[in-house]
Amino acid sequence: MARIAGVNLPANKRVEIALTYIYGIGKSRAKKIVEEVGVDSKRRLNDLTDNELTNIRNIVSKSSVEGELRSSVSINIKRLMDSGCYRGIRHRKGLPVRGQRTSTNARTRKGRGMAIAGKKTT
Amino acid sequence: MARSIWKGPFVDGYLLKQVQELNKTGSRQAIRTWSRRSTIIPQFVGINFAVHNGRKFIPVFITEEMVGQKLGEYAPTRTFFGHTADKRVKKD
Repeated sequence: MARIAGVNLPANKRVEIALTYIYGIGKSRAKKIVEEVGVDSKRRLNDLTDNELTNIRNIVSKSSVEGELRSSVSINIKRLMDSGCYRGIRHRKGLPVRGQRTSTNARTRKGRGMAIAGKKTT
Repeated sequence: MARSIWKGPFVDGYLLKQVQELNKTGSRQAIRTWSRRSTIIPQFVGINFAVHNGRKFIPVFITEEMVGQKLGEYAPTRTFFGHTADKRVKKD
């Protein structure tokens, strides 16, 4: 078990996959990191040497991940909400921001559906 | 798709003229405009606009962070009062 970027404890998986457990690192970024360190992507995280691990840590700490990234995202959303622009209003109301339809669908943003009184269900 | 950079930001010509005039005279009168499609450019900062929303003019004061967005984004066109919670409209 290795600790990279604070709280993350990716398990005995391939390095490339284990890195994606960090918020802000997806597959493509993980791949780039693995290439940069020069580790064979088939190797598991628990059979890396300490040297390699510190190398990975150094590279990861260069980009904003985890808490830093989360807070910057929420600051961006907050900025939109405070500015009173259309996107901010949509964020405030919890509706889709990018012009999707809301007559149907949009359940991810709106949450579970609510029953409408008097509407027949087929 | 995003707008090509070589074209530069889009601003209606007449609006740009009005803004330049206003900046010259330094008056703080609001500019009435229907041009919701115009991009907010740095020269607009500190100017009061009255942006049409289809029915009336919404006062919009331009701040630094609004640059790059459109005027229309600050004048919502829809009024939504919520759904009425009338129970059993037509029972059975």
